[in-house]
Amino acid sequence: MEISITVNGRSYTREVAPMRTLVEFLREDLDLTGTHIGCDTTSCGACTVTLDGRAVKSCTVLAVQADGGEVTTIEGLSENGTMHPIQQAFKENHGLQCGFCTPGMVMVAADILKNNPHPTEEEIRHGLEGNFCRCTGYHNIVKSIQHASEALN
Amino acid sequence: MGEFIGKPIKRREDNRFLKGKGRYTDDIKLPGMTFAAFVRSPYAHARINKIQTGPAAKSDGVLAIYTGEDVGNYGVPCGWQVNFKNGDTMKEPPHPLLAVGKARHVGENVAVVIAESLQQARDAAELVEVDYDELPAVTNPKKAVEEGAPLVHDDAPRNMVFDWEIGNPKNEVDDAMKNADHMTRLTFRNQRLAPNAIETRTYLANYDINDDKWTLYTSTQNPHLIRLLMCAFVLGIPEHKVRVISQDVGGGFGSKIYHYTEEALLTWATKELGRPVKWTADRSEAFMTDAHGRDYDTTAEMGFDSKGKIVALRVHSEANLGAYLSTFSTACPTYLHGTLAQGCYTTPLIHIDVTGVFTNTNPVDAYRGAGRPEMTYILEHLMDTAALEMKIDPAELRFRNFIPAFDGVEQPGYQTQVALQYDSGDYKATLERALEMAGYKDLRAQQKASRENGQLLGIGLSTYIEGCGIAPSAVVGSLGARAGLYEVGHVRVQPTGKVTVFTGTHSHGQGHETSFAQFVADRLGIPIDDVDIVHGDTNEVAFGMGTYGSRSLAVGGSAIVKSVDKIIEKGARIAAHKLEAAVEDLNYSDGKWTVKGTDKSISFGDVSLTAYVPHDYPAGEEPGLDFSSFYDPVNFTFPFGAHIAVVEVDKETGKVDLKRFIACDDVGNVINPMIVDGQIHGGVAQGVGQALLEGVEYDENGQMITGSYMDYAMPRADDLPFFETDRKVTPCPHNPLGVKGAGEAGAIGSTPAVSNAVMDALSPFGVKDIQMPLTPEKVWRAMNEG
Repeated sequence: MEISITVNGRSYTREVAPMRTLVEFLREDLDLTGTHIGCDTTSCGACTVTLDGRAVKSCTVLAVQADGGEVTTIEGLSENGTMHPIQQAFKENHGLQCGFCTPGMVMVAADILKNNPHPTEEEIRHGLEGNFCRCTGYHNIVKSIQHASEALN
Repeated sequence: MGEFIGKPIKRREDNRFLKGKGRYTDDIKLPGMTFAAFVRSPYAHARINKIQTGPAAKSDGVLAIYTGEDVGNYGVPCGWQVNFKNGDTMKEPPHPLLAVGKARHVGENVAVVIAESLQQARDAAELVEVDYDELPAVTNPKKAVEEGAPLVHDDAPRNMVFDWEIGNPKNEVDDAMKNADHMTRLTFRNQRLAPNAIETRTYLANYDINDDKWTLYTSTQNPHLIRLLMCAFVLGIPEHKVRVISQDVGGGFGSKIYHYTEEALLTWATKELGRPVKWTADRSEAFMTDAHGRDYDTTAEMGFDSKGKIVALRVHSEANLGAYLSTFSTACPTYLHGTLAQGCYTTPLIHIDVTGVFTNTNPVDAYRGAGRPEMTYILEHLMDTAALEMKIDPAELRFRNFIPAFDGVEQPGYQTQVALQYDSGDYKATLERALEMAGYKDLRAQQKASRENGQLLGIGLSTYIEGCGIAPSAVVGSLGARAGLYEVGHVRVQPTGKVTVFTGTHSHGQGHETSFAQFVADRLGIPIDDVDIVHGDTNEVAFGMGTYGSRSLAVGGSAIVKSVDKIIEKGARIAAHKLEAAVEDLNYSDGKWTVKGTDKSISFGDVSLTAYVPHDYPAGEEPGLDFSSFYDPVNFTFPFGAHIAVVEVDKETGKVDLKRFIACDDVGNVINPMIVDGQIHGGVAQGVGQALLEGVEYDENGQMITGSYMDYAMPRADDLPFFETDRKVTPCPHNPLGVKGAGEAGAIGSTPAVSNAVMDALSPFGVKDIQMPLTPEKVWRAMNEG
């Protein structure tokens, strides 16, 4: 099936198999390998991207469902090589270690802060419920999002 | 201390990770790349009668299907030999790349399908028909050693891999235990855990027929070790023609140390096929086949005198090693476990007895802490239980038993009853600080008040020691290791004075690119941006043993320091020539050699250039400024610390709420406190996971019933509080940086602190012990069913 998707501001028209997931489309067809796959049950959140402004787990969206949509991936968050304030906050606060869950964490953080610019610690932790990190114990991820909240406002 | 050591320098590797430009193995695409999918045993124990590959082979895009018969007798080895008490060699049956004749655990590779696309490979794998006869399986290690239990391997009677002991003569320990004024006895289960790095294992093998060379991209913690094992002990291919590359790796926690069958199989298959072959585990495969951690059944007794001093410790464990011996599996329940039984205490008599057992389950190996968390859980659970029984405050009981402080310089190291000699320690200091951070007295008062209000507040303590900086080669060699455990550090000064450091350790989250640059820049007195760290490629790094056992800085860092010092020493000879002075009259600091008492100096950059443009040069001196060193430590390092957990148990539901977690650790000198704190946080979260949430379960038939994130409870952000951390610094006396290692500390100390806190909360119900994980159901039952 032919689909047209805008990814990080660029439009693509591609032929895809009906069962191709959005994450496969991003990684395999567009070579946007910043979006990672960590599970097969929509549990880990490593593949989180935004679709039409909402955070989604791209392993559980078919590429055809995103037809006509606008997708932002981790690669689209920084502009001209300059990190977005959320990315910067993760760096400043050591909000990542191995980096594998990080793209999903940053994308979900963007979603949390978009919907709630001044979240409490509890709201941040609740917002991260669908994203696993095995390295940081979430301590510095929560701190990073708190600092990003300040930086963005 | 210089400009960078001890500073929370932000990590340079974050730039690529945060922008989605990490270089993980699954991100790599090669021209002509093909994809593998495995046919795995659905049975825990089964005879394989026949494998029908015909229909699958005709499926779209299929290039090859291989079974055990095609691959032949290749098998992956175990890296550590542990003998039976009677001197017999441990049982070490072959671990084939693809099952031959029999499958011995659910998920074992039975066949592999290689196709043009991943989907085609997976579809075709579904069409491979295997005719099995299911056989009786055994999953419980205690049942496995009973007479008449099903045999996992015909030549391992009673499924025993080894039986092993360490410590004082058993009769002396038994006598002391008999004469003790108080004895605390507990049975434990250190449950099986799935390491769960968020990046699953992933391999890409490529054979170049023209050069007769292989490249294996792999998500490993130790590329050189994989190359050595695979070339010399599995496939018999020439080591110098194999390049192993492990760039960014998405977490390891031990599970990516080992040489796995799929790695060797892909390396074999790429030559057969003449095309690159990739395989990335899905999460179900990761649950079934990544080496698991823990899984010990233990009975332990601690004897005390009337003053609360420990007089004896006796431990017997069955360690479940699964169906095959993984690379370091046999070392974990023995030399990384029994040797930690001294803990931080002066226990005069200790006997540890461990039986390693085969079962029809996935192999078990080191997982963050590897044997040490299990022993710490045993000791610390005994301590808090004994404190309750003897009506002594658990902090006070520990103070009565601590080994007095020793720095390993003025005071000698501490000789334990279980073979090791601790390097330096001040156990009292970390516990005092942790108690202070917790506000311990107030907490106890608060607990008393809350109990009167019917609330269940619990406070749990844990003081731990760990053996890290793995390891002195001769020592581990005498204990059965089949490898040396030194490290390699290569420092190449470029003609412009810029420095490239090649380390045999591997970073999969630890931030070596930053922290290693910090101490190199300081020691050379040059800007940190002039130092680049390279790891993870056998063609770039001369050799190395990789990263595990909190060894990278203590062993790998020391190797780099040796090379840096050789550079400064040679540089001094070049500088002396240029400055027309004697080497003894020079002083090196701030990146330049200065003639003492004068302002005559030459910079590191000028000496570097001179070394590569040796026109005006000392006679007989080789050009260049490039040194590689091997560092073999003289001892392990022994970090330690004190952890305190505060929990509240919901009386109605049994849910445990972790309110606070306090950690005061001593990991020796610290290069980057931000990174060390991060390591502690992550370790603590995994330890809390073991205490409250996680556990791999097999049913009686050997089916894994926790094979996905829907069934296996990973710690989430809202399960955890902010952690309160601080540290003390007792330098390691035997390595040049004075560092001890921080990777595993959090996971070692935290589990018993949390479980002790839950037991403390439940003490009004007379509950002494519940087996981990302390789920709401178990806690509720303990409160309501006694």
